[in-house]
Amino acid sequence: MKTETPRRHDATMHDTPLTIGGRAFQSRLMVGTGKYPDNGTMVRAIDASGAEIVTVAVRRVDLDRSKNTSVLHHLDPKRFFLLANTAGCYTATDAVRYARLGREAGFNDFVKLEVIGDEETLLPDVQGLLEAAKVLVKEGFKVLAYTNEDLVTALRLEDAGCAAVMPLASPIGSGLGLLNPFSVRTIKRRLKVPVVVDAGVGTASDACVTMEQGVDGLLMNTAIAAAQDPVAMARAMRLAVDAGRAAFLAGRMPRRDVAFPSSPTEGMLD
Amino acid sequence: MKDTIDVVINGEPRTIAPGVTLLELLAELALDPRAVVVEHNRQIVRRPALGDVRVAPGDAIELVHFVGGG
Repeated sequence: MKTETPRRHDATMHDTPLTIGGRAFQSRLMVGTGKYPDNGTMVRAIDASGAEIVTVAVRRVDLDRSKNTSVLHHLDPKRFFLLANTAGCYTATDAVRYARLGREAGFNDFVKLEVIGDEETLLPDVQGLLEAAKVLVKEGFKVLAYTNEDLVTALRLEDAGCAAVMPLASPIGSGLGLLNPFSVRTIKRRLKVPVVVDAGVGTASDACVTMEQGVDGLLMNTAIAAAQDPVAMARAMRLAVDAGRAAFLAGRMPRRDVAFPSSPTEGMLD
Repeated sequence: MKDTIDVVINGEPRTIAPGVTLLELLAELALDPRAVVVEHNRQIVRRPALGDVRVAPGDAIELVHFVGGG
């Protein structure tokens, strides 16, 4: 008897699992846990998304207890694969520090590594990113590196031993969608490790187009959390990721600059 | 011997009793040791060792956990 219907349905039936750092995942959609209007909505949205990998951030405990901020009160770590991030870090040293704290707080040695280089765009500092990745790989971390859509950086991250490379679709929280399909496709074509697009999708069509590029997965947070109905959008994103993946596997028709009739040209009346 | 010492916890100056261990400090703050990670002067102290490390004047302690993030 099937009890977890959102995780298995036709679109992904004939697909292989997504394997990162030796672990296999059925869902190619990963979701964040930030910026939800409330925890109940977050939990329902994550359920509707069908995601297995769920990202979390490492922050100070509120000593005054004005609010109970721990996300673990709401997410069962046995059910979800909690992926700690280093969001908010602007140096390699800070990112390494947060990664170590996350491993200690968490349940695995995976980290979503972010080293931010610019406050306005939140674009990555690729030099700091590479530096931190090398340190963390040496310490046994499975590093999923959030980077820009630059092939050379992606190749270097792979060489550094990252378990996955995560180019952005567009800046974090921007909702601008996939700005550079060519670069993301090129990265996917050239890398051996999984390529998971992280950040920038705004709505379901963005998710679908991104998955149609052939990338291995997609991580999003704001597109779901900031939708008017996050639970409904989470479902839309699940369908879009599956549709995009299925279309990629199906292989699209070639683009043509001229029309080609779908109905026979013969047998027309005089 | 003074009856209190000054330390910094999560960036804020605090006055605590001298000679307490990190485990006792967590109890005083009503924090479950299983629910937080303790960094003591930039070194992570694992749960089993929390009772062995004593807090000294001027120590910097960070108490962190997982919050929502993307």
